[in-house]
This record gives sequence, C-alpha cells and structure tokens, in this order.
Amino acid sequence: MIAYIVRRLLYAIPILIGVNLITFALFFVVNTPDDMARMALGMKRVTPEAIERWKAERGYDKPLVWNAAEGGSRKVTETIFVEKSAAMFAFDFGQADDGRDIASEIRTRAGPSLAIAVPVFVVGLVTMISVALLMVFFRATYVDTSGVVLCVALMSISALFYIIGGQYLVAKVWRLVPISGYAGGLDALRFLLLPVVIGVVSGIGAGARWYRTLFLEEINREYVRTARAKGLSELRVLFRHVLRNGLIPILTASVAAIPLLFMGSLLTESFFGIPGLGSYTIDAINHQDFAVVRSMVFLGSVLYIVGLVLTDISYTWADPRVRLE
Amino acid sequence: MREYSRALFRAFAALACAAGLGLSGCSQQPWNDPYPAAESGKAILYSAFVERPKHLDPAQSYSENEATFNAQIYEPPVQYHYFKRPFELIPLTATEVPRPVYLDAQGGLLPDDAPDDLVAESVYTIRIRDDRSYQPHPALALDASGAYLYHQLPAAQRDAVKSIYDLPQTGSRPLRAEDYVYQIKRLAHPRLHSPIYGLMAEYIVGLGDYAKTLRAAEQKLDGKGFLDLRQYALPGAEVIDELSYRVRVKGKYPQFAYWLAMPFFAPIPWEADAFYSQPGFAERNISLDWYPIGTGPYYLSANDPNRRMVLSRNPNFPGEAYPSEGDAGDAARGLLMDAGKTMPFIDTVVFSRERESIPYWNKFLQGWYDSSGISSDNFDQAVKSAAGGESEISEDMAAKGIRLETSLSASINYIGFNMLDPVVGGDSERARKLRQALSIAIDFEENIAIFSNGRGIPAMGPIAPGIWGYRDGEAGLNPVVYDWVDGKARRKSIEDARRLLAEAGYPNGRDAATGQPLVLNFDATTRGADDKAEMDWMRKQFARLNIQLVVRGTDYNRFQEKIRKGNAQIFEWGWNADYPDPENFLFLLYGPQSRVKHGGENSVNYANAEFDRRFEAMKNMPNGPERQALIDEMVGILRVDAPWIWGLHPKRFSLVHGWLGNIKPNQMARNGLKYQRLDVPRREAARAEWNAPVVWPLALVGLLAAVVLAPAWLAWRRKEAARGVAGRGPAGRDTGAVA
Repeated sequence: MIAYIVRRLLYAIPILIGVNLITFALFFVVNTPDDMARMALGMKRVTPEAIERWKAERGYDKPLVWNAAEGGSRKVTETIFVEKSAAMFAFDFGQADDGRDIASEIRTRAGPSLAIAVPVFVVGLVTMISVALLMVFFRATYVDTSGVVLCVALMSISALFYIIGGQYLVAKVWRLVPISGYAGGLDALRFLLLPVVIGVVSGIGAGARWYRTLFLEEINREYVRTARAKGLSELRVLFRHVLRNGLIPILTASVAAIPLLFMGSLLTESFFGIPGLGSYTIDAINHQDFAVVRSMVFLGSVLYIVGLVLTDISYTWADPRVRLE
Repeated sequence: MREYSRALFRAFAALACAAGLGLSGCSQQPWNDPYPAAESGKAILYSAFVERPKHLDPAQSYSENEATFNAQIYEPPVQYHYFKRPFELIPLTATEVPRPVYLDAQGGLLPDDAPDDLVAESVYTIRIRDDRSYQPHPALALDASGAYLYHQLPAAQRDAVKSIYDLPQTGSRPLRAEDYVYQIKRLAHPRLHSPIYGLMAEYIVGLGDYAKTLRAAEQKLDGKGFLDLRQYALPGAEVIDELSYRVRVKGKYPQFAYWLAMPFFAPIPWEADAFYSQPGFAERNISLDWYPIGTGPYYLSANDPNRRMVLSRNPNFPGEAYPSEGDAGDAARGLLMDAGKTMPFIDTVVFSRERESIPYWNKFLQGWYDSSGISSDNFDQAVKSAAGGESEISEDMAAKGIRLETSLSASINYIGFNMLDPVVGGDSERARKLRQALSIAIDFEENIAIFSNGRGIPAMGPIAPGIWGYRDGEAGLNPVVYDWVDGKARRKSIEDARRLLAEAGYPNGRDAATGQPLVLNFDATTRGADDKAEMDWMRKQFARLNIQLVVRGTDYNRFQEKIRKGNAQIFEWGWNADYPDPENFLFLLYGPQSRVKHGGENSVNYANAEFDRRFEAMKNMPNGPERQALIDEMVGILRVDAPWIWGLHPKRFSLVHGWLGNIKPNQMARNGLKYQRLDVPRREAARAEWNAPVVWPLALVGLLAAVVLAPAWLAWRRKEAARGVAGRGPAGRDTGAVA
C-alpha cells in the first residue's frame, strides 16, 4: 500500500504543474500585470511610474513564461510563471499582492470554515443515511413514498432559498438565533446552529434519495436473505450488513470531500457573516490578486488529490477484498 | 390525549427555553443578540462594513471605506466643519488654518494678491497644539533606561509575535511637528506607493528628488529593514521647532490647504516605521497598514477585517469641544444641544463585516445596527414619496423611531463623449449639435426615478452641489438642455433634439450624405443583471432619435484600456471630489489633463483653449465674485460644447435609529464618529421589545417530528414483533421476509 500511495503522490506532481499552468494562463488572459497594478494602486491619480515600480517590486515586470533576454535555463526560470509557482510546491504561498501573508490568512479563515463544514458534513451524512435506511425499512409503504416525495421537493429548492428563508423565519420572525455573525469559543454555537441546520436540511433531499437507491440494491442481495434467515432483526440487518456493504459508493462520495471541507462555502459564509475561506478566492479574483488565486487553486488541487488517495485507502477498510498495489 | 399534548408542548417549550438560555449565555440577553453578553448596556456604536479596507497606512489609504477607520484614528492639521455648508476648513491639531505666504523667485515676500506668475513658492507654516499624544502603542514603549523596548527584538521573541497585542507593554509620547514632516516624507517612500506621490511631487519642493534619494538608499538596504527618513532632508517640509513645521509648495496652489485635511498629511512617529520594519513583521501583517498609530479620538483595538474591527476611545485623547455653531436649521434640529461639551461621546465602535445586504438590513430593523444604508430591494419599505416629490421615511420605519438622513454627494456620474472620436468628438458644429441632441434625448430625470429610486438630482454642469461655485435654480440652469418654466427646469422636448440632430447632418437618425443609419457605440463594464436593464433603457433613449446604439460590454480592465487609448466612443464615468473646490471638478475637462495625451484625469480628452485659459486663471483665485464669473463662463462653454452628458449628482439616503444623535451627513469630513451620541437605555429597551423570541415553532417542530416518527416507530415495533411468514408482515403486505 505504501508503494501505491507514493506512486499516487508522485503522479500528483505533473497534475499540480498542469493545474498551475492552466490557472496562470486563465488569469493572465483576463488580467495583465498592468491591470493588477492599477487595481492595487487605486483608480485615481495612478502614474505610469508607480505602475512600473509596483510590478518591479513584485516581480511582475518579467515575461510571463519565456524570457528571451536571458540565457540558458534562465530563459525559463526568470519568468513570472516559474518564480511565482516554484515556491508553492514547498507550500510557501508568500504574500498577497496587497502585502498580506497568505498562509496566515488561510490559517485564520480555515477555523470558521471548518466550524460549519464539519458539522454539516457529519450530521448531514448521518441524517441522510438514517433517513435513507428508514425509507428502505419502510419500503413500498406510505413512509417510503412520502419520504421520496419530500426528498424530491427538498432537492428542487435552491440553496439560496434555504438560506434566505431560514434567516427570515428562524432569525427574523421567530428571533431564535442571530441572523448573522460569528464569535470564538462556545459562543460560536449561537451563530452556527442555523447555518448548520440549513446546510443539513438542504442536503438531505438529494443525499437520502441517492443512498436509498444504493440500499435498495443491496437489500435484495442473497446475503441479506441469509441474514434474515438467521433470524436477525431488520434493524440489525440494515445497520450491520446492508450499510456495511453499501459503504463503497458512500465512501467514494464522502471521503474525497473531507479534505476540501476547510475550503468553505461561499454562499453560507457570505450570508451568515462567517469569516471563513469560502469567499477568499472570489475576493481575490475580483481584486485581481494572482498570488491568492494561484495559492488557493493549488491548495484545492492538493486537497483533492489527498482526498482521492484517502478514498482509495478507505476502500481497503470497507472491503477487505480490495488491495492497493 | 389532550393532557398528553399539553404536557408534550410544555416539555418542548421548556427545552427550547433552556436551549435558548444556554445559547445566550444564561442571561436575559435576547437569543438573537449577535454581540457578546458583556457588551450589553454599554455605549458601543454598532456599524457594518462590506469590503475590508485595503490600506490603513495613511500614506497609501485613499478609499472611502478606509477613511471610515483612518479618519477617526489620525489627525491631520485641519478638518472640515461638521455642520457648515459650503464646506469650511477649521483647525484640528493646528492652532489655526494655515494661510500661505507667497515668495518670488528670489525669496522676497509677495502680497496675497500677487499675480500667479510672480509666485515662485507658497509657504505654509503650521503650528500644532501641545495637548496631543499618541494612543498607547508598543512602538512607543520604553524600558527603564528610556530605550525603546520593542524596536530591536531578538529573533526568537520577534518570531513569537503574531500581532501587536502580543506585546504586553505600550507607551505614548506627545505629538511633535517632526511627525508631520516625517509623514510628508513617507509620501515618497519607495515601498509605499502613495497614490498622491505623483501629484505632490509636482507641488512640494524637492519631493521628486527626495524620492530618488530614497530609492538609492533603499537599494543599499535591499528593500529590507528600517529606512530612516530622518536621515534625509526634504527641502519642502522642514521642522521649525517642536510644535511648528513649514511646507513649501511650488507656485500658487491654494487647494493644498484641502489636502492638509486628509490622512495623507496626518502625523506618523518615526518609531512606528522603526518598529514595523523588523524582520518577519510584514510577513505576519504586523505593519502600519494593519495596526495604525494615531492621536485621534479612537484607536483600532481589534482588527479582524474578515469579521469585525473595533475602534476604542483613545485614553490619551484630550477631548475636543463640540461645535457651537452650524447652518441655519441645525439648532432647531437639536444638533447643537451638545455645544461646547467634550467629544467623543461614544466609547467603542464595533464594525462587523456584512457581505450581504439582507442580513445587514434585517439586523438594522432588529436594532443590532444603529444606522443603515438603503438598498433598492428595501427602498419601498423604508421610504415614501411625499408631496412635492420629496422623500420621507415610511410610517413603519417612523413608528420604530427610525429617521431618514439625506445628503447630496460631492460627486457626479456622467456620460462622456470621447472628443478624439471622429463621429461624436471634435470641435465641429456638426459634432457639437450631435452631442447636444443626445444630451437632450437622454432623460436623466427618468433614469434617476427608475434606477436610483429618485436618489439623485440631474446635473446642470460638472460642479456638484455643496461645492463653492455651484449655482442652484434658474442661475444654474443648463440652457442647452433645459428651459426654465413655472419656476423649475424642464427638459427640452425630443423635437428640439431631433432638430439639432438634423442640423448635425443626421435627419431622422440617418447620415444625410450617405443615407446610412447612425450607429453609435456605448462602452460599458458588464457587472450584472441590473446593468442589462439600464443598457436597454439607454438603447431606448437613443432610439428616440432613431439612432442605433451598440452596447459594447467588457470587463473593467479592457474598459480602462479603451479609455486610456482613446478607443471608446461613448461611456459612463464618475468622479468623487477630493476636496470641495470647483477646481477639483473643472480640471477633469482641462486640456493638459487629457487621458490619451498626458495620462491625466480628462477621460473625454476635451480640449478648448478658451476653457483652458479661464481654468488657469480661476484655479488659484480666492473665492469671490471674480472667480464665480470665470466659473460661470467656463461652465457655459462646457454646456455648449457638451463633452459630457451631465448626468446626475447622487443623493445618499441613510436610516438612523432614534437613539443615535448628532448626525449630519458630511461628504467631506469622514471623522464624524466623535460627534455622535447614543441613548443606550432607549436602545436597550427597543432591542428587548423587538427581539423577544417566539418559542412555539420549536414545540411545533418537536410535535411534527413526533407525529411523523410515532407511526413509524409503532410500525417498526409491529414489524419486529411479527412472525417471519411471507405475506403476513405489517399491514398485511409482503415484507420480503423468508420463512
């Protein structure tokens, strides 16, 4: 397994270089270094000299990917692409174009993002699986039918509606929790309750319906019949056998998402005033801050690759027949 | 069953109350209170910000959202009178508003009315008050021997510092004239990129050469460490004594006094630069851009720009007397009741970040914010039209004690014609009449009503209301676009516009020579769905003259590039005044400010020798009849040439709760927090009344869950109890179980 993991991590290097290259190309197709300087320096009274100085200080006065003025390997290394990308492979994100430290910003914002994302993920997963198993338990009864109808209704509503409707009803009309905001420590519970509930409820429809389909496929397998024949209770059959055997698709969907949890949610964080990472990349794109954009895309790629490797590893735990070679 | 339901309801209600109390810190604090219980009942003003401030270093900061903080922290030598209009400069830390002394090329003294060409230098001598001291700050902390405690921290101690609040000791010292001089030098600091360096280098004696000197010194330091500006003299800014300094400005530049009211000219102690220049500090955001140091009524006591920023009362601020005079009507509005009392009145100001307008608005209505703007979505809820077209607060809002504050911005939104364009530009009579026809056809009264909810007034020229030189009423009428009828301006008819268009050679929107339809291009930045509606409206305005309008939507970068290169034809633009002088508007049409030719702020590249000659004469004149006459002539030239469709002056509406007093919107002075007053008991009572939790929904949710789950639970019990015989499962259905 170790050899497999090492191999997968080595595969990640060309993937990350590719992702960097694509991000770089997309960003600089839309924004030139001059545009970035103007955005950073403000819109009034910006002189050409100030723009040139800004670019020179941040290394944006060099060619993008090929420096014809240099010789040898410096034709490649003395470029914006290499200078800005190489350090990231050592997880040195450097400073944003406004001078602020990116790593420290990520560290500060990751906590609040996780404070929402982890409960939504855990509670959501447990709820979705429980609801799905409940519908399977009562399959072909009114509970199952109304459950499916409810799931379809829930998944038909946009996430924004849940947020605005939830804030209106729970926080404005009933005044049970603050509309938005955030605090550290235990006080954060007051602010997290509503976004977590909304996050869970908005995900139940699609999740529970999908898991129900998975479990219904399992429920007619022979091992289930055998379990029942042994006299096991239906709950035991569902939670010990059906759930265990339905884990592979659940893990496929879930484990890869775990490392990405800390990247946050743009909508939820914006509406609830959670100072997380959800809006960091969007803000950076709006402010034409390439340093932040490339760092966040790089980090997202790394986490996604880690998530995929973790998924593969989790298969060996869920199904002993799986071997990573 | 009824007994059972009641008991269940009580249980849920109790659980909800317990949960609520637990969440709100076991206090009487409303459950939806977004603030810590410890802040309850205190004189804390609550406000919000949407965009995090980019710069808090006064040499770099130039945006309004940054001024919200900096103007409370930093004290430049002068400020604007909070109440008086037109805007008037008064002393802040200076003992009096500085008046320039004019010198000729030989250094000889000239009279105040000396001709511009004789004046080689204007010398401003500024004497500051002796009662100011800096906020407590670690950069000023001294050890027992009088040495600075934190200026040269050992590497291990330095690396442990994550924010300035990690350093336990703070210090202060009196404000000195050298701090003002030091900050003027910082405008040329090679690491800071001050946005006004380019402009100031044209005026402050020696600033351009000083920048070169600093760049050379910076190279020696390799861009790291403390670049001690005290080592390098700047002839244009000199210390006279501990409380006096002198600024030398090239030629006559009376507008310089207005610049002295901005944080660019606020004092910075050299100790701050020495402290923040330590290795590793900038990488951890420990910089003047993050932690300001000032002498003002407030200091930044918490800076988490993703969540909240807090201003606290500066314990070293000696206080300032509340103004005792204002405009007519200010006393009647109760704005002078605190005359002579010592400011500030509020201890702490908490700014929370609200990215979205819906939560911001709802929290304002619940009393968690003390004031709010009005978005288009909420406009009808908050404002109604009164007789005479004036806006007033809606009954619902008035019932909550909320009042509406309005003010005209010292700004203008206009539509520009690129004067280098062969169709709409140039000095020909044809092009001039085409521009005039379009100026009439584009109905800005309608635009203001549809897209701004009436928040604006049509512009008659470039100068905004409230700025000296602006004329109101019939005297200020633009006769090219309006007629004066029944005591008010009435836009000329579309027939007048069509006639002008025909005279321009485009009868009925077709080129008389070729018969081809006239097609014009409107360059705009595409921002969202609202823009589409406005662009559709714009097409309709042009269609009234049978002119086809092609909207060329583009991103902001490309739009800017088009303007810089002169590739745009017609476009939307705007200007916020830096200072309340007509020169700050009229220079936008001064030939040597042409964007394409000189990289200046004249975005339409208008050039008219007659206008330029008058501008040069007017810009340095003192306000008076002679200056007004020149301004009238210049505005008259512009109206005829019509390089802009004058557009509108936006009106700002804001809502203020009844417990917040001493508010008079001031578009120039940003340091208004010190004047404001809170009635805390009134706020507490209103919050308690408006925020009582409604708990029955919690019980209902529990009840619904029970109603849904109970049959399922019962069914499960039955199913578990049933014998495993096919065809005899729950409800007589086949369970799939095997016998």
